[in-house]
Amino acid sequence: MTATRVIVTSGAGAPARRPSTPAQKTKSVVRLIVLSVIALIFASPLVFMIVTSFKTRADATGIPPTWIPNPFSLQAYETIFSANATPVLVWFGNSMLAAACNSAIVVITASLAAYPLARMQFRGKNIVLAVVIGTLLVPPVILIIPNYLIVSELGWLNTLVAVIVPTAASAFGVFFMRQFFLSLPIELEEAALLDGANRFVIFTRVVLPLARPALATLALLAFLSNWNDFLWPVYVLFSPEMQTLPAGLSTLQSANTVRYDLLMAGAVIASVPVLILFVFLQRFIIEGVARSGVKG
Amino acid sequence: MVMTIERGVRDVSRAPRSRRGGVAHRLTPWFFLLPYLVLFGGFVVLPAVLGLWISLHRWDYTMPVQPFVGIENYIALFNPESRTSGLFWNSMRATGIFTLFSVPLLLVIPLGVALLMNRKFPGRNFFRAIYFAPYVLGVAVIGVMWRYLLDNNIGLVNYMLGTVGLPDDTAWTTSVPAAWVALVGVTVWWTLGYNSVIYLAALQDVPAELYEAAKVDGANKWQQFVHVTLPGLRPILSFVTIITLIASANMFGQSYLMTEGGPGRETRTAIYQIAETGLRNFQMGSAAAMSYVLTLFLIVLSVIVFWLFRERKEKQVSTREAQR
Repeated sequence: MTATRVIVTSGAGAPARRPSTPAQKTKSVVRLIVLSVIALIFASPLVFMIVTSFKTRADATGIPPTWIPNPFSLQAYETIFSANATPVLVWFGNSMLAAACNSAIVVITASLAAYPLARMQFRGKNIVLAVVIGTLLVPPVILIIPNYLIVSELGWLNTLVAVIVPTAASAFGVFFMRQFFLSLPIELEEAALLDGANRFVIFTRVVLPLARPALATLALLAFLSNWNDFLWPVYVLFSPEMQTLPAGLSTLQSANTVRYDLLMAGAVIASVPVLILFVFLQRFIIEGVARSGVKG
Repeated sequence: MVMTIERGVRDVSRAPRSRRGGVAHRLTPWFFLLPYLVLFGGFVVLPAVLGLWISLHRWDYTMPVQPFVGIENYIALFNPESRTSGLFWNSMRATGIFTLFSVPLLLVIPLGVALLMNRKFPGRNFFRAIYFAPYVLGVAVIGVMWRYLLDNNIGLVNYMLGTVGLPDDTAWTTSVPAAWVALVGVTVWWTLGYNSVIYLAALQDVPAELYEAAKVDGANKWQQFVHVTLPGLRPILSFVTIITLIASANMFGQSYLMTEGGPGRETRTAIYQIAETGLRNFQMGSAAAMSYVLTLFLIVLSVIVFWLFRERKEKQVSTREAQR
């Protein structure tokens, strides 16, 4: 595999890669144009959302719609930050706290659980593995009603714990980390074991440092999915000051008079953290998704 | 797949180890597993079983007693006279329509995008990032944004359609079939990058020698695609089909935010109906029964997809030959 990669990228000797026949040049130009047009169509709704958030109320519903705010205004942001019914900053804090805690719990519990499933032999291992992987195929819809009751029994309704803990039982996380542990060379662990180190020390000192890229990827994917989670927070969080951003946005939309300038400002605020993460860490996110397919 | 899972299972504990502690050693793996298993047991296994129990009761969350009613909730779902059955099958129909149109588009278009990008060229990572970007935003942002863009009076979409001479007064969120076009279109835009990235990774794993060999045999581009690319993608195609199917069948946010299930209840999907029945009207027994029926549908569909991708190996080649 490595050899083929080298050939493909270097291009030496592969006749198809010799640049310069006119037909090939036309082809790559066409490819570039097609991709650019799609990219433009793809990005324009997001650009328009950002533009609208800097418009005045009247400008946001003006006909024809314009691509430049006139006048440029921060009114929408000022309004949603100060209004009691739409405490966007509180929602932002809630979302941040929930996603960070959820992501931490996922990474810790999933990597701990994945290690013995990758590296130890013990009775019951295959059953645990089969049950955990089996739930990857069970649609989450089945858990909504009973989990609502469980969360309510625990006294967690309308608290952030309700959106942090139940979704942290990540079968995907265990599967993902196990695949990564299996791909690590076993010799270091064997050497440490011979030196008399116990399993936990091996796990924290030898395995986890090697697993940093996988841990980062899992942490990111868990953060994103919790940050964006919608159905569950809409139904388990009721009071305005308890909402996460996505749930809050939907209450903003169902307000009596729809204020599109406010909605777009709220949407921009919900987008900024994930877009920043995406711009700087897209390699981890995209490769995490790509790899999730390979193991299937 | 089996190979990747089994590779490296070689156990460290077979190496000579210190003599102390048989019991401690036997318990070690369970100490590692414990925190996860507590969560998994409490919020996955327990609710999966509890749901079945709830579905056998007239379970109203706001009432002090929850009488046992056996399979009455299930019978009600299949009794055409009952109100819940009407609501449920209407929502199943909505989920069905959405799945039927979104899944094929989400299988084919991302494959096209992945093929276009399966080549080294300047800006490739940039394009990949742009196509993937909507997916990281989450359904709340997407739903709120498109509801605005699709507004029939002041929306950008109708305005743009007007400028190129197309009808500019389509009620995208309040009439069918326009609402379906909107919901499917937005979902394709939103999640296309996800499937593309999975395809692209799989395409890069198809050995280049196979293409070289096909070229030597005189295969043209289309023949290479049919005989090298598609067979190489088979395992990933079945994976992508199933996750797309499950994602589409769980569609909620787009409908909740863009159409509010309307017009009427036309675009209220099954999961939307389940959440409203169980968590707004608190008829949890009925809602739990609905979720089991929906899950059964999904499991059957997944099994069919698995089976289709397993069995077609020989047939696919021969039918393609026959078509030409």
